[in-house]
Amino acid sequence: MKWETVIGLEVHVQLMTRSKIFSGDSTAYGAAPNTQACDVSIALPGVLPVMNREAARLAVKFGMAIGAEINRTSVFARKNYFYPDLPKGYQISQYETPIVGRGSLEIDPGDGPKTIGITRAHLEEDAGKSLHGSSGDFTGIDLNRAGTPLLEIVSEPDMRSPAEAVAYLRQLHALVRYLGISDGNMQEGSFRCDANVSIRPLGAAELGTRTELKNINSFRFVEKAIRYEIERQIDILEDGGTVVQETRLYDADRDETRSMRSKEEAHDYRYFPDPDLPPMVLEDAFLAEVKESLPELPHDRRHRFIEHYGLAPADAAQLTNERTQADYFEAVAEATNAEPRTACNWILGELNAALNQEGIPVEASRIDSDALAGLLDRIADSSISGKIAKDVFSAMWNGEGDADSIIEARGLRQITDTGAIEAVVDEVLAASPDQVRQFREGNQKVIGFLVGQVMKKTRGKANPKQVNETLRRKLDA
Amino acid sequence: MHNRSIRDLARSMARGEYSSTELTRHFLSRMADAGDLNAFITVTGDQALEQAAEADRRIRSGSAGPLTGIPMVHKDIFCTAGVPTTCGSKMLADFVSPYDATVVRRLAEAGMVSMGKTNMDEFAMGSSNESSHFGAVKNPWETSRVPGGSSGGSAAAVAARLSPVATATDTGGSIRQPAALCGITGIKPSYGRVSRYGMVAFASSLDQGGVLATSAEDAALVLEAMAGFDERDSTSLEQQVPDYTATLEESIRDKVIGLPKEFFGDGVEPDVADAIQDAIRELEALGARTVEVELPNSEIGIPCYYVLAPAEASSNLSRFDGVRYGHRAAQFEDLIDMYERSRAEGFGEEVQRRIMIGTYVLSSGYYDAYYIKAQKLRRMIADDFTRAFERCDLIAGPTSPGTAFPIGAKNDDPIAMYLNDIFTNSVNLAGLPGISVNAGFDRDGLPIGLHLIGRYLDETTILNVAHQFQQATDWHNTAPGGYA
Repeated sequence: MKWETVIGLEVHVQLMTRSKIFSGDSTAYGAAPNTQACDVSIALPGVLPVMNREAARLAVKFGMAIGAEINRTSVFARKNYFYPDLPKGYQISQYETPIVGRGSLEIDPGDGPKTIGITRAHLEEDAGKSLHGSSGDFTGIDLNRAGTPLLEIVSEPDMRSPAEAVAYLRQLHALVRYLGISDGNMQEGSFRCDANVSIRPLGAAELGTRTELKNINSFRFVEKAIRYEIERQIDILEDGGTVVQETRLYDADRDETRSMRSKEEAHDYRYFPDPDLPPMVLEDAFLAEVKESLPELPHDRRHRFIEHYGLAPADAAQLTNERTQADYFEAVAEATNAEPRTACNWILGELNAALNQEGIPVEASRIDSDALAGLLDRIADSSISGKIAKDVFSAMWNGEGDADSIIEARGLRQITDTGAIEAVVDEVLAASPDQVRQFREGNQKVIGFLVGQVMKKTRGKANPKQVNETLRRKLDA
Repeated sequence: MHNRSIRDLARSMARGEYSSTELTRHFLSRMADAGDLNAFITVTGDQALEQAAEADRRIRSGSAGPLTGIPMVHKDIFCTAGVPTTCGSKMLADFVSPYDATVVRRLAEAGMVSMGKTNMDEFAMGSSNESSHFGAVKNPWETSRVPGGSSGGSAAAVAARLSPVATATDTGGSIRQPAALCGITGIKPSYGRVSRYGMVAFASSLDQGGVLATSAEDAALVLEAMAGFDERDSTSLEQQVPDYTATLEESIRDKVIGLPKEFFGDGVEPDVADAIQDAIRELEALGARTVEVELPNSEIGIPCYYVLAPAEASSNLSRFDGVRYGHRAAQFEDLIDMYERSRAEGFGEEVQRRIMIGTYVLSSGYYDAYYIKAQKLRRMIADDFTRAFERCDLIAGPTSPGTAFPIGAKNDDPIAMYLNDIFTNSVNLAGLPGISVNAGFDRDGLPIGLHLIGRYLDETTILNVAHQFQQATDWHNTAPGGYA
């Protein structure tokens, strides 16, 4: 039988606020345990939550970016369960009325664009961390993370393959970073994913029984975990069994999922509206202000890069994946006389290679956009060749100065003097009678060898176009 | 000194007739002598004398406010930095808060001297102060009887003149019912008027801090100091607190008092009904007019309350899990066992009963039938009041259907206990202000409370009417025998 996979994703995005969602504690990562846990975070008797409006602002920003309905009035609810790192014995979340309603996200898994529905996105607080075996037989509790604002983004079951799931996640990851609402750091847990996976006979209308996969915190693991789970479910069904609705944990070390709790063991969270927090009302002025602050979205920017700068669609997509990179490109393109395509190639090529080598983001680049524009100008005005430019780039990266001073200091300026080039060409032709004969017998390819000889003699500084022209002129004579 | 109003005491201290230190010593010694009432869980004598000494400096330097140097006590539900806050529970028997509740801080800033923490029903759940882990409080009018609850310790302390005034909280009647049963004045302001920050939560949408005092004037003075917007409480109101004392002396001529026929039915003890009728005649003699109003849904107040309050409580009390603070069982097998044993040992019977009710009504499959339904009823009850207030300025009736009952009498019958609050519950459900003032005594010499209910945010009217009633009568000045 042919099976169809159905995947829906729930993504928890940590919002980039300075303080927690319901208290003034810092949200900075990596502090000593329980040093960012005030009276509210540790849930002392009598403390009360106060909503951080910045978290709402970031959530609305996301909602607007996916074209979603924004609920003018949203309600916080308590999700009740006991766990040692959940200090109040309930998590403040949103249940019936989330801040962000239905929206969508366009993805391109490689075989053309596809729209994935987003059911909702709601605000909630994170729990603390349980540090098992941290001190002898005891479990340590670190409440620094407790109360950190999260946006839980729930997709429709619109994905049909692990590749689509990954494409959706990547697109979402790029978007939240682009919007500046999250750093998206997966190692630090700022971007976490649970997957709902089911299979059904191809063409069936009804959904199969789903399992929920937890703890899949990298793009690679998402793909592997879902792939494993699909195989597992197909095996069960093809053996005549039935899939059990349950929560399963992905074990990256063993590359398998295993049962965590069944539907019967599932918590009854006893959601009810939190009486400590009045419904959150978003005024028109607030929404207008957020809309104003919205950057040009990746989708729109991609199209503009294709139209305005004449970039290839794939290049435009890659550039606009990260807002800072797209900003860098635009700055270079505006400052240089070189073609925008050249700027794009240099950024996606040399610059990205150098950045990746050092593992730094573009905003920390050792060559800023003006400096790169300066280098590209020298290519555009034929002062240096593209090949020489790569050496200049390396020198710039190593802090030897701007393009002009390096070109000057190393005497790299291209030889464009016709007389000088002719002299070297004559020298080469005289020393290569065999090649000259071959050329005249019709073997046009040997011109490459002759150009190479000229370049070698000029240490690469001769203008290649001029060399080519001069050689042809003399050989045809 | 212990039968005088706060204004009198402040005047005397300003004149140098006695100091706050002397006043504080006087009350501390009365507290020590009245130990059999069991009104206190913690007495902070040394700290009180330090605060009194500081108050005396302020008085001498001429920078005293109206409350500077006045001794008081806090219900043990308000968190006090460095002083135990038990909430009447074994669960918090050893808990010391690192911070002050907003109410505690504001009264300290006003210069009041805190002498200790009063006994209360465990987590404010009760109407007799018998559910306290620290034992029952006795009614100073008759020590075999209950003082009411949950603020029984605060009420007994003020009634016995052990403290001029006390803070208290009211979720379904916990200020007004003990005020009635102890023959004093107790006001629960409108929901949102007083910050709940630092008040251990029972039912968040109903809990409200207030004052127990011997007179409406004293209550007005203290309420004004503790009320007002608090940025730490999202349910506190960004509203200017009226100058409550400024309007106390105004005539109540032409004030219209609504009398709901539902408050004068068969369930009310005859002595109580008679005393309330007398009190209403007294108010009419002062120029007020009366009009009959209807509160048709008042009979559903109790069931509605006993769904919503336990629902919120079941969640609010989840933080008491033995993990970070509070009671933790000495022996346990695993995490779940630790939770179960710690909570089974730490919570008393009534608290456990309400946690179970609350958990049940919120659980999947029952939520709509109970919680959602109760929320709808709550809206209907509030609408009843709104309609009634179209025809009157305030509503009057008995605070409680009966007077103080014998200790132990209703312990085995939770429903009979819950019915104590039949007239007060609905006021919390509607978020309205209410006050209870002494309006006489039954045939056994036990006090009877007159309940005045105001429009939302209108504490001014009920304080004004209560004060005028007290100017015309002497009930509030009558202290229990042995404590005069």
